Amino acid sequence: MISIKGLSKVFRTKDQDVHAVSDLEATIDSGEIFGVIGYSGAGKSTFIRLLNRLEDPSGGTINIDDREISSLSKGDLRLARQDMGMIFQHFNLLWSRTVEDNIAFPLEIAGVPKEERKHRVDELVELVGLGGRGASYPSQLSGGQKQRVGIARALANRPKVLLCDEATSALDPETTDSILDLLVDINAKLGLTIVLITHEMHVIRKICHRVAVMEDGKIVEEGDVLDVFLRPKQKVTKRFVDQVMGDPDRESSLSLIKEEYPLGEVAQFHFVGERTHQALISEVSRKFQVDVNVLHGKITQTQKGAYGTLIVHLEGEKEEIERALTYVRETSVEVEVAFDV
Amino acid sequence: MFEQLFPNVQIDDMITATNETLFMTFFSVLGTFIFGLLLGLLLYLTGPGGIWQNKVANWITAAFVNVFRAIPFIILILLLFPFTDFLVGTIRGPSAALPALIIGGAPFYARLVEIALKEVDKGVIEAAKAMGAKYRTIIFKVLLPESTPALISGLTVTAIALISYTAVAGVIGAGGLGDFAYFYGFQRNSFDVVFVCTVLIVIIVFIFQFIGDFASRKLDKR
Ligand SMILES: Nc1ncnc2c1ncn2[C@@H]1O[C@H](COP(=O)(O)OP(=O)(O)O)[C@@H](O)[C@H]1O
Ligand SMILES: [Mg+2]
Repeated sequence: MISIKGLSKVFRTKDQDVHAVSDLEATIDSGEIFGVIGYSGAGKSTFIRLLNRLEDPSGGTINIDDREISSLSKGDLRLARQDMGMIFQHFNLLWSRTVEDNIAFPLEIAGVPKEERKHRVDELVELVGLGGRGASYPSQLSGGQKQRVGIARALANRPKVLLCDEATSALDPETTDSILDLLVDINAKLGLTIVLITHEMHVIRKICHRVAVMEDGKIVEEGDVLDVFLRPKQKVTKRFVDQVMGDPDRESSLSLIKEEYPLGEVAQFHFVGERTHQALISEVSRKFQVDVNVLHGKITQTQKGAYGTLIVHLEGEKEEIERALTYVRETSVEVEVAFDV
Repeated sequence: MFEQLFPNVQIDDMITATNETLFMTFFSVLGTFIFGLLLGLLLYLTGPGGIWQNKVANWITAAFVNVFRAIPFIILILLLFPFTDFLVGTIRGPSAALPALIIGGAPFYARLVEIALKEVDKGVIEAAKAMGAKYRTIIFKVLLPESTPALISGLTVTAIALISYTAVAGVIGAGGLGDFAYFYGFQRNSFDVVFVCTVLIVIIVFIFQFIGDFASRKLDKR
């Protein structure tokens, strides 16, 4: 759907050349939510702005739907942009227009007739959950509501791609979640491809299918969100994963815990996208003659199921515990048993 | 009572003079608005980061604006005598004051327009670009509507400056309250006439200020 090859952007400033994006390669599939995470200054905004050519690339190519964005003429670029929605950290709504008129703006640009415009705007207002607020001005809305207007506006011309530049970074955690839910909803309902950039791992965890980690203008790691969570390779990635998971190595050493529980068995359950056995603990204690005691852990929900680690203490007959662990191993949950000290 | 306090004030003459002042103010504000807006847009759009960024065009516009803003109004009138004569066919009367008023007012307003446009959120312009807007759409549907309150308060300030310019123009024969105060008041030692003219001008200024503030506030949805 989107294929990016050798993309680079150099900003020539008075004192130096800034290589904001350098030799970046990526492929984004149709209908997926592709997240790009990185610290401030990593080049994320530049990257996403290159996709709709708000910045002109210094090198490389961008193909969206077999159309080479990087070589379009001005007029064709304007048309191509109507097929791409964009939402912004600071919403960028026209304060002089009402919610309805803001949403109608891209339709006016695309030359949609008035009657049809009105119809489409009503649809969009409902879609983003702003029913009844159509006649309000942006200044009368909360941050979350403003972003809903931004999303409705971005979707007006039925784009195939939605670009989100730190769309939730100006919002509080709860509002962030509601906006993320809306994005997931839209992705499922309309099947559109979403490219989003963020510096919050929480956002990636909650809605993305795939993630790319950006550092110094390059993608340093890329993969399915769960894989990246499970096996972060780069240091930056580990730091981002720790952002949502804490650092299990430091917080809990299995052997130390084992000392406190000389009887039974201490085990670590790694959830790596488990969907069917979400209630694993109660399942185990129901099916086997063991008591399961959760000592420590953190489980989080991603688009591909539960992810995280639980440290549990199993009490009961040795054979029964073994059978219980064998059962757990048959699910996708990985089991690690404390070594004898 | 009125006749005792203001023995030299002829109501009819006052009404004529007021009408002339209003005529000059109205049309000079209109002309200033049109030319000032064009110049201001040109300054902004050809300026650094503008959508028509162009050093030469920007320099020429800025030079024009700066030169005409630097010339004292009374001298501008004298300087424009041949031009006015050519354009209006006379150098006396309220119509003859208009070219000088507009050429004096427009550069002043142009700077205020430029400032107003610079206040428009860059993000909003970018959002419009991302939607595939043409330059024309960006100008007429983003830049101008988003800066309307500032454009109007700038116009109010300019209008008030123009009212005092009309009084100056009066002294060289344009008519209006300034003219009246000078020839029929000051030169004939009738200070009651000067006083009444002053009050009328102040009232006109207040009315413009009131309308401008009201419109600007009404349109500001921020
Ligand atoms: N218009 C610009 N001119 C010069 N340098 C820029 C410009 N835009 C971005 N940069 C530089 O490019 C780098 C990447 O910026 P950006 O893409 O905004 O990063 P991020 O969004 O990840 O924080 C930074 O070093 C920034 O200073
Ligand atoms: Mg950024």
